[in-house]
Amino acid sequence: MTIGGHKPGRTLARTRYPRIPRLWLIPICAAVLTATPAWAQEPSGVFRMERLNALVLVVVFTLAILWFLRRAVKGAKLYVRPLPGVSAVDEAVGRATEMGRPVVFIPGTGDLDEIQTIAGLSVLGRVAHVTARYTTPLRVPVLYPLPMAAAKETVREAYIDEGMADHLTPETVQYVAGESFSYSARVGGMMIREKPAAAIYMGQFRAESLLIAEVGQSTGAIQIAGTAEPDQLPFFIAACDYTLIGEELYAASAYLSGEPRLLGSLKGQDLMKVLIALVVLVGVIFVTLGYGTEWWEALLQAQ
Amino acid sequence: MKSRLPVIVAFLAGVLMIVAFFGRGAVVDRVAEEALAWQTIVAGFALLLGVGSIVRVHWHRLATGHPDRIYSLVLLICLTVMGGSGVLFGIGSGTLFDSLFERIQAPMMSTMFSVLAFFIASAAYRAFRARNVLSAILLLTAVIVMLGRIPMGQYIYHALPDWANWIMMVPSVAVQRGIIIGAALGAASMALRVILGIERTYLGQGG
Repeated sequence: MTIGGHKPGRTLARTRYPRIPRLWLIPICAAVLTATPAWAQEPSGVFRMERLNALVLVVVFTLAILWFLRRAVKGAKLYVRPLPGVSAVDEAVGRATEMGRPVVFIPGTGDLDEIQTIAGLSVLGRVAHVTARYTTPLRVPVLYPLPMAAAKETVREAYIDEGMADHLTPETVQYVAGESFSYSARVGGMMIREKPAAAIYMGQFRAESLLIAEVGQSTGAIQIAGTAEPDQLPFFIAACDYTLIGEELYAASAYLSGEPRLLGSLKGQDLMKVLIALVVLVGVIFVTLGYGTEWWEALLQAQ
Repeated sequence: MKSRLPVIVAFLAGVLMIVAFFGRGAVVDRVAEEALAWQTIVAGFALLLGVGSIVRVHWHRLATGHPDRIYSLVLLICLTVMGGSGVLFGIGSGTLFDSLFERIQAPMMSTMFSVLAFFIASAAYRAFRARNVLSAILLLTAVIVMLGRIPMGQYIYHALPDWANWIMMVPSVAVQRGIIIGAALGAASMALRVILGIERTYLGQGG
């Protein structure tokens, strides 16, 4: 079973990074301007000059994403490296369908102003389509009211899309508690009683990560986690079968969909990673040799 | 229009925040402050949705004779007593709400937090089994860090605390920085996808 008809690791088309000489010039020019003290210290005007370096980064990033997106829409072939954790989402939902047991999905324990929660809800949208298609029970316990409203809408749209709106119950998406330990106790109790076949945790997690994941582990559920919180990653790695680390969480939705436009944005992200790695490498060499330490600080400092 | 409206709202809100971050001036600051105030108000009203969801789910369980209805009954009683005491007598120090919080809820939360110690032990047991070379390296590193962080560590071997500090400050920080840079780019990419309306799956569209 695949979600969105996308097979992991498949070459969507030829793997080739294009040459974009002009984009390389933008950060270099901006870096020179930003590192000039007169510009950086300018207090007046409608634009915060001290944030020019961040603006340049945003502009270059947006251009890179739009450029790859355009290529993807035109049919250029993009390769996406396989992510075992994302591929396992299919396997987990399939297992729950075969066993007739529910899938538990937790879109993190952050509020809706946290981008990780949005990423979690995006994956929830994909998972809800599959659970609706195969009439697999889905449980989405939520910590805060705003993500609950968003999760309800996400799941409802997915079920309507699959023509399964009548399979939705008030228990599918429910607000549980506004406090993380109460939430952990409630989710743990639910897992022990309902024995889900699959548990998917995608989003921002804090101390409750291990409280939930260990209980899920004890019920024998196949567990997939994804978070960008470095402090919680070791807990998920110890307790879950698959863990999406950092950026993989944000890529999961695009990867699951297989949509060229979303995959194009991943390639833009990769390009930025290469650029930043180069800047860091060159910066390390210069600072180690004792050249332009203040210049590099001014370039990379967030204001 | 129903599907476009949330995308338009996301775009406008995203652009507004970007302008507020890079811009300066009374209008920009005022609009950004106003948007954040709206967010707080919306979140406050959303709490009513949450309480409504809890009551609806557990009332339904009671009404239909669900096997776990006793838990639902306890939850609804607690919700009514806590909420009612706060509304009727206030939430200040020495009130009924304060007593219920300090003497019942806080100890229960502490209990849940202390359960974490047992879960860490069971998770560590699984993680630190030396099944292959990499697991053995992880085990060895963990032993050095744990021994180096306790006073007895330096009596076992005087350099253990230094080794532990080096592991935490050099390889561990390097890995964390890599993860943080990747995650920050991923977050920025995700935000751009949402602002530009490319990513709509959080609305249940395009599955």
